[in-house]
Amino acid sequence: MFPKGTKRKFSDSGEEPVCSGDQGPSASPAAARTLSSSYSLQRQSLLDMSLIKLQLCHMLVEPNLCRSVLIANTVRQIQEEMTQDGTWQIMTQALAAAQCPADRLVATEVLCRQTDAAAQAGQSPKPFPVSGLEEGYHSEEVVMDGDVEAEVTMSSLSPVSPQLSSASYLPGPFGMAPCWEEEEEDGDCEEDEEEDSEESVSEEEESEPDHLRADSRTGEQVFGTFEIKHPAPPPDPALEELFSDVDPSYYDLDTVLTGMQSTPKMGPYDLLESLSSHAPTALSSSSSCRSDLNELDHIMEIIVGS
Amino acid sequence: MAGVAGGNDFQWCFSQVKGAIDEDVAEADIISTVEFNYSGDLLATGDKGGRVVIFQHEQESKNRPHLRGEYNVYSTFQSHEPEFDYLKSLEIEEKINKIRWLPQQNAAHFLLSTNDKTIKLWKISERDKRAEGYNLKDEEGRLREPYRITSLRVPVLMPMDLMVEASPRRIFANAHTYHINSISVNSDHETYLSADDLRINLWHLEITDRSFNIVDIKPANMEELTEVITAAECHPHQCNVFVYSSSKGTIRLCDMRAAALCDRHSKFFEEPEDPSSRSFFSEIISSISDVKFSHSGRYMMTRDYLSVKVWDLNMENRPVETYQVHEYLRSKLCSLYENDCIFDKFECCWNGSDSAIMTGSYNNFFRMFDRNTRRDITLEASRESSKPRATLKPRKVSTGGKRKKDEISVDSLDFNKKILHTAWHPKDNVIAVAATNNLYIFQDKIN
Repeated sequence: MFPKGTKRKFSDSGEEPVCSGDQGPSASPAAARTLSSSYSLQRQSLLDMSLIKLQLCHMLVEPNLCRSVLIANTVRQIQEEMTQDGTWQIMTQALAAAQCPADRLVATEVLCRQTDAAAQAGQSPKPFPVSGLEEGYHSEEVVMDGDVEAEVTMSSLSPVSPQLSSASYLPGPFGMAPCWEEEEEDGDCEEDEEEDSEESVSEEEESEPDHLRADSRTGEQVFGTFEIKHPAPPPDPALEELFSDVDPSYYDLDTVLTGMQSTPKMGPYDLLESLSSHAPTALSSSSSCRSDLNELDHIMEIIVGS
Repeated sequence: MAGVAGGNDFQWCFSQVKGAIDEDVAEADIISTVEFNYSGDLLATGDKGGRVVIFQHEQESKNRPHLRGEYNVYSTFQSHEPEFDYLKSLEIEEKINKIRWLPQQNAAHFLLSTNDKTIKLWKISERDKRAEGYNLKDEEGRLREPYRITSLRVPVLMPMDLMVEASPRRIFANAHTYHINSISVNSDHETYLSADDLRINLWHLEITDRSFNIVDIKPANMEELTEVITAAECHPHQCNVFVYSSSKGTIRLCDMRAAALCDRHSKFFEEPEDPSSRSFFSEIISSISDVKFSHSGRYMMTRDYLSVKVWDLNMENRPVETYQVHEYLRSKLCSLYENDCIFDKFECCWNGSDSAIMTGSYNNFFRMFDRNTRRDITLEASRESSKPRATLKPRKVSTGGKRKKDEISVDSLDFNKKILHTAWHPKDNVIAVAATNNLYIFQDKIN
């Protein structure tokens, strides 16, 4: 229900990404690079989360302007910091290199546009435009190519929500993706998104023991939902530190968000309950089993339309 | 265990609870606003289904003088209906955002209720007499044949069962593009203000087809929007003064005598940020969710995510008092951001003498702070402690590693059970606390 990895890093030991001056919990200069990479991961996660929120907040009722503005300000803050770090440029270049135009993300375009303009102007980036504040906003569909090799295949963020699959600015490995075999991903990208959801459910179960395994990452995984696993030895260190993994139960974010609009059934109570129970090491497979079963229930509920 | 409020040591005890007991809460039943009227005799609640329920304080029974009277349902009516904005293809929620009573001027009661877009003035009146003996109508109300009327009589008023009627007297519509978050009746009893995310309008209670725009913070380019209005209130005595708070944790006090458009504030209240606690969530938690003048008009209180601050209107650079509501949540901000709880808008209220303040928290906890003794107390609105006249036991959240008996750990808090709306009787120590779909009424123990 809650991206456990993010949770661990952010809150449990009080390691929130701090704007400036905070170099992280440890003081070892030798580990500075690891630290800053951990901070970057956290910051990236926060950025991803914020972008998801902005996309998802457009439902049947007009979105809450105050909330949108606050989230947009948070995104801008991160963006400014990343620009000062120089990581922003690296990320946008990687995005440009990795994707063909048809796959361009709505959010990426918006953010890249800002950076380009800023680069030209030589100033700090313009405020993140909270698009569609005046008009009702409807999430745009991004057509994803069924590119097998690149992980930019499934547009579905999650196995759960069809809503979310239409807000598909988040390409990348489907759900628990990174550790799935190539063949499975091939098969998935041929089908339409709804079927993907169902299929992923079974695959999810099959690859259950696998999803904890570290996987090699590539630069094509952008703004996606990834797992935070053990940092695997990355093939490309620069990109690796930019593209954080977020726990696949990120889809639960949508559950939570939609839950906020309707009768809240599963409380975020669960989220913080597991905060204390997580050691800052490996995710136990039992806890992820439990969350997977919850995910499964929720998926079935939505599919059945109850 | 002594309670804290009103400057004296006394205890709070349970009085009543209104609402269904079911675990399954219907969305429409969730209470969205609570407000006592000026005398405290009437207590109004609004819910997400657009309904208003008014409770009336019954006189104490002579048999049991140790009991305060109870609040019983006086009137229920549907204030707002769901609407659909065809231009934007969006629903307009019928949820009642705020209710504000007008001071009573005759036998009838008036209140303003608002949803996101439309404000309505409701008249609640009693009818306990009925005219009988009409000449042109018979007893069932049917018209009589004129040729049958052979004599004239004067209709007589006969008593009937009390009937409480609510009728909409004014509808103030189409003045807000954005969602209305506040309404406030002016001390002149003729005007009131309504505030949405970007604008504040001043209305005359008698005039529905126009209003004055007195604050407009909408930027020319919406892409440059970084701050919104979160709450506004009229000064309780000075009819030319009002305040509004923002999502950046600032409060602006405006004087309507200075200019027609109050974009330039008279006073600007902001506490400098503590650089050591800066994080990506700093701005969000500084966003003010409620602002309330004290009854005296000398102070105002603001509620942000983690604290309540009391400001002296004569000092703009920092609050005079700061009370931590649930500081233990500071280390959980990322989780709370993720599940959106960080955007919850808690309200706050003063007691009648301005000596104590109250606000809500999670897990159905609410907090009271005594400004004189500086003591605070955490209480819980729960069915378990809902025995008649049962004293409420203070609750404590354990923050350290060791959890004492009876304490609850931060990780066990139920973030779905949030107390956003509370109200304090203007004269007595009676409080109303809205816990999702239930309304709890607590009072002090009369010994």
